[in-house]
Amino acid sequence: MSDRPHPILIAVAALVYLFLMLPLVIVVGAALSDTTYLTFPPQGLSLRWFENIFAISAFRRTIVTSLQIAFTGTLLALLIGIPAAYALNRFRVELPKWLGTLFVLPILVPEIVFGFALLKSLTVGTGVPIFAALLIGHTLLVLPYVVRVISASLASFDFSIEEAAISLGSAPVKTFFTIVLPNVRAGVIAAFILAFITSLNDVSVSLFLTGPGISTLPIQILAHVEQFFDPTVASVSVLLMFLTVAVMVVVERTLGLTFLAK
Amino acid sequence: MTSRRFWRRNGATGWALSAPATLAVIGFLLVPIGAVIAGTFMDPRGVFAPYVSYFNSGFRTTVLFRTLQIAALTTIISLIFGFMTAYVVSRAPGKLKSLLIVAAVFPLLTGVVVRAFAWLIILGRNGILNQTLLSLGIVNEPLEMLYTQGAVIIGMVYLFVPLMVLSLVGVLENIPKDVLQASSSLGASPMATFWQVLLPLAVPGLIVGAVLVFTGSFTAYATPQLLGGERQTVLATLLQQRAMVSFDWVGASTIAAIMTVITITIVLAMTHVARRINPMAT
Repeated sequence: MSDRPHPILIAVAALVYLFLMLPLVIVVGAALSDTTYLTFPPQGLSLRWFENIFAISAFRRTIVTSLQIAFTGTLLALLIGIPAAYALNRFRVELPKWLGTLFVLPILVPEIVFGFALLKSLTVGTGVPIFAALLIGHTLLVLPYVVRVISASLASFDFSIEEAAISLGSAPVKTFFTIVLPNVRAGVIAAFILAFITSLNDVSVSLFLTGPGISTLPIQILAHVEQFFDPTVASVSVLLMFLTVAVMVVVERTLGLTFLAK
Repeated sequence: MTSRRFWRRNGATGWALSAPATLAVIGFLLVPIGAVIAGTFMDPRGVFAPYVSYFNSGFRTTVLFRTLQIAALTTIISLIFGFMTAYVVSRAPGKLKSLLIVAAVFPLLTGVVVRAFAWLIILGRNGILNQTLLSLGIVNEPLEMLYTQGAVIIGMVYLFVPLMVLSLVGVLENIPKDVLQASSSLGASPMATFWQVLLPLAVPGLIVGAVLVFTGSFTAYATPQLLGGERQTVLATLLQQRAMVSFDWVGASTIAAIMTVITITIVLAMTHVARRINPMAT
């Protein structure tokens, strides 16, 4: 492995990374511009487009809705996903194989079809309120990430530790919370973060589950871009990027970033 | 053994623990999607009437083929550039490698709307690319780059290259280094090792990556909506229009069914192919 990749390959890789980074740099530049139109490099530095985000009530409202949905949806997914991931590993022999596949279905079927199906069966079919339907949609959307990441953590957990605790007289439920869960803490944190970001950025499921007064931030961004071509959307994008960076720093501090590449 | 009494290995506990998630997936995903698909076969005009009228419409068949074409081109471009980049990343020294992985993860964690919007600023009529070309005197009037198939494909490749790079770095690192050393010590040139040893070993991983990218770009909504507009209508944007603008539930359901069937067929077929090529692949 001492031989370095061919210079042409290195050049291609460098160009690919330039291609990946440049658009994001441009968005940041456009967000800081003092002009009323989108431009790069920024002409005059200003934070006024950031102030404009909060001046527009639709953005204020949808940021709150998006955070509420992402947070609650992720918690719900953890609530049903952790026991499922535990069962898949602890009762690997007893449970059928298709059960594991079932939990990844939400990322296997097209998201947009899932969103449309929820609209048809929940909101229109049975009159479930939009907020509840949105929450259900996001919970299921992030469930595969929760089950897979926590399953991966549990796969390296030695269940004989749990059996030792139980045979020494610890109650099974107590054992789960004092022995099993602390051992897969890193997996739970990673699952939370991955699920939260996935939910926050989702477009296809939310697309159909919005209505009067209820919308999510990405849907609001889409609507805004189609009407106005000012730097406000660039500022919101930068805000979201900052959030992502913050989350990545947290991951780096707790788990190391290579964890996400798995 | 008190454990036996509480925690019997009979699977009942396992079923009970996975029940909430199982019921949620069945009740809120399988049943609603099943109902959408079943609904298309209960049309008063006849069992296959919605499909007959879908494929009789020149516009709608064009949309289907356009979507397949965009997805195929996106997959091929992402495979080529993703593989070359992943190869370089997998060979990079420790610190640089982590940095390159972080640089690929970051765009992936940035939302699709933000990433499509970035290309809107670049490719627009008064966008950065046109401004640059005009100021350099390369063109005399702004080029129409937005709302073309090229714009949609660029946006999609931008969306999926990081995914391809990350999944292929994993694949390349799992290839035993001895194999490559054996190849070069037996006299193969680096290029021969690359083409004749590394590439064939990476094929199962390439297939998995290709499936991810193909199904992802086949069903993407935000990117074709922003960069393609109505001129480059794809299945996802057509589904949204049918459902939310025209309130044509049967039409929307038919598109949903076609998308689901194509996606699932490709996933199953390619997973099968990947297994046959390399039984060790999961």
